[in-house]
Amino acid sequence: MGLIQIGKPQKDGELGVMTLSLEKVVNWARKGSLWPMTFGLACCAIEMIAAVSSRYDIDRYGAGVFRASPRQSDLMIVAGTVCRRMAPVIRKIYDQMPEPKYVISMGSCATSGNIYDSYSVVQGVDRFVPVDIYVPGCPPTPEALFDGILKLQERIMQKRVFTKQPEQVKV
Amino acid sequence: MHPIAEKIQSRFPEGFVGANEWRGDLAITVKREALHDVCSYIRKDPDLDCDYMVHVSSVDWPDDEERFEVVYEVYSIRKRHRIRIKTRVPEHDCLVDSMTDLWMGADFMEREVFDMMGIRFNRHPDLRRILMPDDYTEGYPLRKDFPVQGKGWRDTFDFLNDPT
Repeated sequence: MGLIQIGKPQKDGELGVMTLSLEKVVNWARKGSLWPMTFGLACCAIEMIAAVSSRYDIDRYGAGVFRASPRQSDLMIVAGTVCRRMAPVIRKIYDQMPEPKYVISMGSCATSGNIYDSYSVVQGVDRFVPVDIYVPGCPPTPEALFDGILKLQERIMQKRVFTKQPEQVKV
Repeated sequence: MHPIAEKIQSRFPEGFVGANEWRGDLAITVKREALHDVCSYIRKDPDLDCDYMVHVSSVDWPDDEERFEVVYEVYSIRKRHRIRIKTRVPEHDCLVDSMTDLWMGADFMEREVFDMMGIRFNRHPDLRRILMPDDYTEGYPLRKDFPVQGKGWRDTFDFLNDPT
C-alpha cells in the first residue's frame, strides 16, 4: 500500500501500531471495496461480465462484489447505450445509492451516444448523472475498464473526507 | 404465377392486386378492403392453413399517393409455406383491419406498427404505443419525414426537477 506505515510492535505478541492520517485510511477502505451496481445496458455489459469472470478477475481491485441493489453499491458502471426511456431509471438508481457514490461511464455510447445520433438515444449519460470516469472504447476491453477503475481509485485517494467537499455540480 | 397466388386470385378477383415471387418468397398485394377476408381465407383454408403470424411491418413510400404499406408475413407450420401479404393505405386515412382475431400474435406487432408509423388498426383490442412512452407527443419516429435526431425529447430530462 505504501501509504500505511506499520510501526514496530512494542512487545512480542502484541498488535502492531499504525501511524497515518485517518483520512487516508477511510479513503483506502473506500477504494478497496468498490461494490459496483449490476447495470449492463448493451454490448459493453458483455465486456463488463468478462472483466468480472475468472480470466480478468475484477476482484483483484476490490470491485468484484456486484450487487443487485443500489442500496448496497458504491459504484455504478453504466455499460452500454442509454435510451431516453432508460434515463429516469438510471437517475432513480443513482439517487438510491448511498454516499459516497461514483459513476463510471463505460464505452462510447454511454459517454456520447456514439453513432446512435437518434431520437431515442441519450447523447451521453453525463446529461443527467454526474460521471467520475469515462472509459473510451467500443466496447472497452476489460483492461480498459480496469484502467478506469484504477483511475477512479486514484481519485478516491485524493478526496477529502472530514473537511467539507465542494458541492457537486448540479446537472 | 405461384399456385397459392392463383388460388387467392380466383377466390378474390376484386381484392387481388398483384403477386410477386422472388427467390422462392411469395408476396401478394391486396386492396385494403379485402385484406381481412383474404387473411381469414389464408388462415382457415385447409390447403393454405397458415397458422403462424411471423411478422407485421410497415413501409413508408413518401412519394406515392398511397403512402404507407403494411406487410403481414404468415407461415404454415404443417404445410411449410410462407406468404407475405401487403396492402397500401393513404396518409389521410391510415386505417387497416386488425388481424388479432385471426392470429393473436399480431397484437404486439400491430402495436409496434402503430407506434412507429402511425397506422391505426381497426378492431384492435389494445392499440397503445409499445416502444415509446404513452405520453410521447412528437409523432411517429419511423416515418420518412421524422427527423433522425427527433424533436428534442432525447435531451429533455423532466424527471431531474421531480422532487420525489
